[in-house]
Amino acid sequence: MTIYNFNGQTCRGGKIKVKNLNFYYGSFQALRDINLDIPGCAITAIIGPSGCGKSSFLRLLNRMNDLIYGSRIEGSIELDGNNIFDKAVDVVELRKNVGMVFQKPNPFPISIFDNIAFGPKQHGKKSKIELEEIVENSLKQAALWEEVKDKLGQSALALSGGQQQRLCIARVLSVEPQVILMDEPCSALDPMATLKIEDLMRTLAKNYTIIIVTHNMQQAARVSDTTAFFMMEPDRAGSLVEYGSTSEIFTNPKDKRTEDYITGRFG
Amino acid sequence: MRNVSAKQTQKLAMAGIWGGGMITLLLLIVIIGYVLIQGLPGINWEFLTTNPKGGLSGEGGILSTVVSTLYLIGVTLVLLVPIGIGSAIYLSEYAPNNRLTRIIRYGIETLAGIPSIIFGLFGYALFVTVLSFNFSILSGALTLVCLLLPTMITTTEEALKAVSYSYREAALALGTTKWQMISRIVLPSAIPGIVTAVILCIGRAIGETACLYVTMGGSAAMPSSLLEGGRTLSLHVFYLAMETNAMDKAMATAAVLIIIIILINALTNLLAGRFQKRLKGIS
Repeated sequence: MTIYNFNGQTCRGGKIKVKNLNFYYGSFQALRDINLDIPGCAITAIIGPSGCGKSSFLRLLNRMNDLIYGSRIEGSIELDGNNIFDKAVDVVELRKNVGMVFQKPNPFPISIFDNIAFGPKQHGKKSKIELEEIVENSLKQAALWEEVKDKLGQSALALSGGQQQRLCIARVLSVEPQVILMDEPCSALDPMATLKIEDLMRTLAKNYTIIIVTHNMQQAARVSDTTAFFMMEPDRAGSLVEYGSTSEIFTNPKDKRTEDYITGRFG
Repeated sequence: MRNVSAKQTQKLAMAGIWGGGMITLLLLIVIIGYVLIQGLPGINWEFLTTNPKGGLSGEGGILSTVVSTLYLIGVTLVLLVPIGIGSAIYLSEYAPNNRLTRIIRYGIETLAGIPSIIFGLFGYALFVTVLSFNFSILSGALTLVCLLLPTMITTTEEALKAVSYSYREAALALGTTKWQMISRIVLPSAIPGIVTAVILCIGRAIGETACLYVTMGGSAAMPSSLLEGGRTLSLHVFYLAMETNAMDKAMATAAVLIIIIILINALTNLLAGRFQKRLKGIS
């Protein structure tokens, strides 16, 4: 399929190629034979019933699963042609390049400014002017600047849930990633805050590759360019059932199971 | 019918909880009040600025014992806090869940339950005799470090473990190294708990008598170096109460002891607040 050519050539977001991916927690196989081409500068939604390995898959893309004792990978994931599991790859660099927004907003218990400046600081940026610029730019990109510009010194925990999640997005943007992973970013938010995040995602998709795991099928339909449907096999290993442009998946699914899922017959 | 009994049970439980709280508070007030009322009249400038002179009536003041106590606590903390925090970080963040780790944990738990006089005997054998530090502040401090490490480690580890996993994930996902994550996010967030650990340890250090008697000796002279012996305030209270008939001076010394504990706790909290701000980079 060659339909994933969304924003032309100038995109800085990375393209991801998943080849024959198998993933295990100890002896339990969590993902089986995943093959997937994720386009750059577009939003890819990953949907599927609980336990189908959506989040496990997402967490492979920035190697967060490395932290889990006994996890094991076969196959490869290429970011712009480079296998991220290659021995030469520095996982710290990779995570800088592939940022992540979590299910529950998790700002650090420090000021708004320090939350955004944290990443760049740890990566060696010390100059106050430079940091101030990064903080302002990141907050503007995350559509939060107007709301917080007068209280950058206040604790991030005093913000509302939706603001906290946009702060977390700004925090990811501060280290200039190519790819942003979002693990059900709106599941803890009210509809208004959810809408704001979705608008923000559309804007960000011009420059970043975004991959979002969501339980909310309307959200996937509203926001994404391509959609991947995952399901659990009888032995509970997750596998990819269908992948294609979002409009096709939602209007004309090829697989019966996809149709059953999106029409709400299970899950 | 069921509702009534549930409400009565709640009332009973509330009464029990409230009563327990009141008894604790009352005990605290009575003990501290008694010591202060009995002791404060005996405190004056001369008492604070002269050394004990000995004798059956407990002549002299407490200057050298105050100095010995502060000296001892200072040396103990300088050794205890870094080792304790380091071990706790290892156990909480790095140690794999294997047999060796379980043995280490079991060892720490066991050590925490051993009576302090056993540590005193060990300190006497190792520091005083084998390493020839003699009866000295150094021997006493090293013994206290051994005695207090289990408390310091377990309390600090609890504080580290209480830091939300989501902060760690967020930091790592931003591309920090594990050490940056620990030193910049986990440690600063755990500081209130670590301060509790330090205060607990200071409290125990100040209260110890037996294990210090066998490692520091009981000299009431002013210590001029780490390798000289000394007498802590607690030891001096014990001495005054048992060897002299100067109960008033024992009470006065006890009052000074309590005031010092309160001051040290306040100071620790203050310093920790500043330190936490600096670690979190809040300017």
